[in-house]
Amino acid sequence: MELLQMGIVIVVLLLLVKPVGTYMFHVFSNEPNRTDKVFGSTENVIFKIIGLRNRDSMNWKKYVLSFIATNAVLIAISYLLLRFQGMLPGNPSGIENMEASLALNTIISFMTNTNLQHYSGESGLTYLTQMAFVTMMMFTSAASGAAIAVAFIRGITRRGEGLGNFFQDFTKAIIRIFLPLALIVTIALVGLKVPQTFDPTATVRTLEGVEQQITMGPIASLEAIKHLGTNGGGFFGANSSHPFENPSPLTNVIEILSMWLLAASLPYMFGLFAKNKKQGWVIFSSMMILFLIFLSISYSSEKAGNPAINSLGIESSQGSMEGKEVRFGIAQSALFSTVTTAATTGSVNNMHDTLTPLGGLAALSEMMLNVVFGGKGVGLVNMLMYAILGVFICGLMVGRTPEFLGRKIEAREMKLIALVILVHPFIILVPTALSFMTASGYDSISNPGFHGLTQSLYEYTSSAANNGSGFEGLADNNVFWNVSTGLVMFFGRYMSIIAMLAVAGSLNAKKPVAETIGTFRTDNKLFIGILIGVVLLIGALTFLPVIVLGPVAEFLTLH
Amino acid sequence: MSNIRKSMFNGEIAKHAVKESFIKLNPMFMIKNPVMFVVEVGTFVVLMMVLFPSYFATEDQLGFNISVFLILLFTVLFANFAESLAEGRGKAQADSLKKGKQEIKANKRVGLEIKIVNSTELRKGDVVIVSSGEMIPGDGEVIEGLASVDESAITGESAPVIKEAGGDFNSVTGGTRVVSDEIVVRITADPGESFIDKMISLVEGAQRQKTPNEIALNTLLTCLTLIFLIVVVTLAPIAKHFEIDLPIPVLISLLVCLIPTTIGGLLSAIGIAGMDRVTQFNVLAMSGKAVEASGDINTMILDKTGTITFGNRMASEFIPVGKMSKKELGYWASISSLKDETPEGRSVLELMRKLDYTIEDTIATGGEFVEFKAQTRMSGIDLKDGRHVRKGAVDSVRKWVESQGGLIPADLEDKANVIASDGGTPLAVAVDGVIYGLIYLKDTVKPGMKERFDQLRQMGIKTIMCTGDNPLTAATIAREAGVDSFIAESTPEDKIEVIRREQSEGKLVAMTGDGTNDAPALAQADVGLAMNSGTTAAKEAANMVDLDSDPSKIIEVVAIGKQLLMTRGALTTFSIANDVAKYFAIIPAMFMVAIPEMNVLNVMGLGSPLSAILSALIFNAVIIPLLIPLAMKGVKYKPMGASKLLSRNLIIYGVGGVIAPFIGIKAIDLIVHLWI
Repeated sequence: MELLQMGIVIVVLLLLVKPVGTYMFHVFSNEPNRTDKVFGSTENVIFKIIGLRNRDSMNWKKYVLSFIATNAVLIAISYLLLRFQGMLPGNPSGIENMEASLALNTIISFMTNTNLQHYSGESGLTYLTQMAFVTMMMFTSAASGAAIAVAFIRGITRRGEGLGNFFQDFTKAIIRIFLPLALIVTIALVGLKVPQTFDPTATVRTLEGVEQQITMGPIASLEAIKHLGTNGGGFFGANSSHPFENPSPLTNVIEILSMWLLAASLPYMFGLFAKNKKQGWVIFSSMMILFLIFLSISYSSEKAGNPAINSLGIESSQGSMEGKEVRFGIAQSALFSTVTTAATTGSVNNMHDTLTPLGGLAALSEMMLNVVFGGKGVGLVNMLMYAILGVFICGLMVGRTPEFLGRKIEAREMKLIALVILVHPFIILVPTALSFMTASGYDSISNPGFHGLTQSLYEYTSSAANNGSGFEGLADNNVFWNVSTGLVMFFGRYMSIIAMLAVAGSLNAKKPVAETIGTFRTDNKLFIGILIGVVLLIGALTFLPVIVLGPVAEFLTLH
Repeated sequence: MSNIRKSMFNGEIAKHAVKESFIKLNPMFMIKNPVMFVVEVGTFVVLMMVLFPSYFATEDQLGFNISVFLILLFTVLFANFAESLAEGRGKAQADSLKKGKQEIKANKRVGLEIKIVNSTELRKGDVVIVSSGEMIPGDGEVIEGLASVDESAITGESAPVIKEAGGDFNSVTGGTRVVSDEIVVRITADPGESFIDKMISLVEGAQRQKTPNEIALNTLLTCLTLIFLIVVVTLAPIAKHFEIDLPIPVLISLLVCLIPTTIGGLLSAIGIAGMDRVTQFNVLAMSGKAVEASGDINTMILDKTGTITFGNRMASEFIPVGKMSKKELGYWASISSLKDETPEGRSVLELMRKLDYTIEDTIATGGEFVEFKAQTRMSGIDLKDGRHVRKGAVDSVRKWVESQGGLIPADLEDKANVIASDGGTPLAVAVDGVIYGLIYLKDTVKPGMKERFDQLRQMGIKTIMCTGDNPLTAATIAREAGVDSFIAESTPEDKIEVIRREQSEGKLVAMTGDGTNDAPALAQADVGLAMNSGTTAAKEAANMVDLDSDPSKIIEVVAIGKQLLMTRGALTTFSIANDVAKYFAIIPAMFMVAIPEMNVLNVMGLGSPLSAILSALIFNAVIIPLLIPLAMKGVKYKPMGASKLLSRNLIIYGVGGVIAPFIGIKAIDLIVHLWI
């Protein structure tokens, strides 16, 4: 029954990938199509206002610059909003201004699509900032990510035409994808009894006669974009395990699908751009195989339960239910955790700190790889980067200098890719080590054993992968953690995006090489194997020592 | 020279390489190879701990530290040895070239006088006279005379070649010897820039620059090294938190095992050996880049004559016209060819013998031979009795006959066309006003060419044949040889155009050539192979020169280029795949003392933590010398499609690379464990 539950969700996803991928292709291919009638006029008004008449294709530098400038403006506005939220309207519950280091961390967190929250939504943000900052950032950071992915794809599939126009991609992503989908999901969630209101916190007298404060607000709308944009920042501190955010198994499935769908459809869209659907399916299959591996680890480990608790004679036939919601059970929790760390959403419907060691390992590994579907756009870009790496290493074995999609992979591309694969372990391992070497870092780690290492490691991995979920046992709202995770999120997002767009720009400018029978094929089953192999050998081996010392040691000593 | 090239483990070279591998320990050299530089730094750190154990408080681990130091040292030495060995083979070759490059006395022409000067004093533009028995003092062009020249010093080929002023055979190389006659040569290279000088520096590897792919690969290897450096450096403080003390030599061992030392140590040896394989093949590549590019070739442009066919057209049949008989035709054909020394002429007489026709040459005695001329396009003999016998191009002979009022048989045109469409060349034979018939000259395709073109097709390489023949003849030869396409009646400009067209489709093009008019095309092509017998212009435009002047060698050069890239890819894959087993050896060993449960990960069942670390380290070191032969010879290459080739190599070097170290480390551990 539980397997069936997970199976159905996966099948529904598989059925949706093709239509959604095709739709996204039509949105970004910029060729006239039927949806222009619906959205064209709205977009044209926006383009007119911002003075974007020609919408010329940009080279990679201009694209990156537009992306960064847009993000910088949004960061500046948000900083003012948060620092003065107490004085601004839309604050019926009387919440105070946000402290500087926390504000910085929060803004970086939302701008980078991470949504790591060192504050609690119900007490830290006003209704205005929940909407004008959180919801706004959820749209814009997701649209930025989508634009980056599309630009990268254009760069490597089209010939010398530049990467597209950032402002156009950004606007289209919001108008044609995120807004309509968010509207549908919001209505569905409201229909399933998720609150959507501007009323202030309700005060009720319980049967026992005590007064209880019940926080409410515009939750359904936030919930929709939180998942569609793989953002993950919850309205409440308890995130999607809170009954207002995620009241039933059905809303749970809707949330899983909304965070998974766009990320899973991107490879198909890529196939259409590459004019080779098989190429898209190869990327999709590699991601799906890795996903299924991690899901099985997570599910079987959670199902097996915690031997320490089992030995106490506590009934545990359901599995390890510590930190999980009874209304979801093991299957819906394991699936949610695997999807949220795969798609780097970071919303949680159960406490990741109480996952069994191997269940936590699965979640951790997906974020370390950051290619199993991955966040809006970034996952696909990363997977394509591994594809280029795989081509570079194995492609030589067919006796030709390596080429991917008809372009030679040369020193310039390798230098940029080297930077990306170097930065990721650097921003995870170095701060983790620092947190053990400094008192201010170490004091926040609440668990003395191997689990303590996992706590710190998880926090930085989640930041680096722009996931945002946390092992919430960590007492992380202090200057050390706010600043360090802020920097990690920042570099995790911008370094790799800039470097990868530079790769796309460089490949785009290259003279394409002809394909013959002697060419290394990247659209067959063998390449799926190569891709997974390269991801595991280069992406995963890096983290093996710390993983062994963290979750694996915890697992081994528990038995 | 050739025997020096052959033996790889020539004692002299090996001895020299051992010496070199110590000299190369100099950090100034090592830093060029970041992977091995990290190993050297690690070696130095462990050496310090061995020398000053009290300072590092490592007295109790002295034995272990000494072992680690020695293994690390040997890892570096093995890598240096591989490179020196590869260089050594080139050096030996260069030395034998240098021997031939002694000071030569030259007869320099100054005005009307002849001055004897040293060859090193000659400058570009000087004119020298070289007589029989003398060495040519420098690279140049023959401006007067004709001589046969012994070029064995550079080609290894003992038969002398003819060099003459004008035309495509006017270039001479310094250091070669004139065997007969006398020539006047204008020097074209200043001292130090001559062909032999270039050749010496090329084979010596002095000018060796990293190829583009090598640079890209080096970037990746350096990046992996840095990543593992981060992994190891951050591991220590984290482990300390769990009261697991990781001694520095253990951390260094882990680092050295994880960084790609196998490919890092062999990378430059692979590159040098690849160049060397081309040289052994008597092809001189001007850069490693050219060899690499030859692996990427998509299209090959080949001259028909000399490359695909033997070039000398042989008489294969007599075809009489009108009412003439075969015997009559053969009779006159042989008369016309009696004094004809061209291959065509001789082949007519051979055909007569084959057909058992008797050659009656009495009638020809005293006759006057008429040589072939481009204007007349005929040759033959004017007999004493006043008759004129001619054979030649059908058009010309017909005009000649018509001019004497003779009749043209009706079937001449048809029969000539049939021959042409079969890929042959018809020669008409006539005596005064009467045409007797046609000699069917056939151009024969070299044996084995069809199979080679099939192989090229499997490798994804398209072949285009260029020929001056008419389209019909060209089509027949193309079909017979199995090339993919052809250009008939081609001019040198056609070749450039074809190259440009192919390149605009994103293809890389290779071609061969020897004439001055081939030079632009050779320069335009991605891989241009010039014949050593060709002109200086052609040699300068090309990026490879074939010393044997065998144009069909371009096919092998492509195979060598592919093999070079494959070797690089195979060893990289192998090196990275090795890490899995090394992790399983070292990680449990590091943590087992503090966390006994870690023994589950000790899948190889290694004897003890220390022996596990040493075994992994020893495996990591000895795999380098074990793979030297593979790096030098290159991985086996059979022409086949990319997919097949990939699966085959992936199984051997990828899957094999995962499995082999499990076996190797376990085996080494069985021995090492006897002590620890």
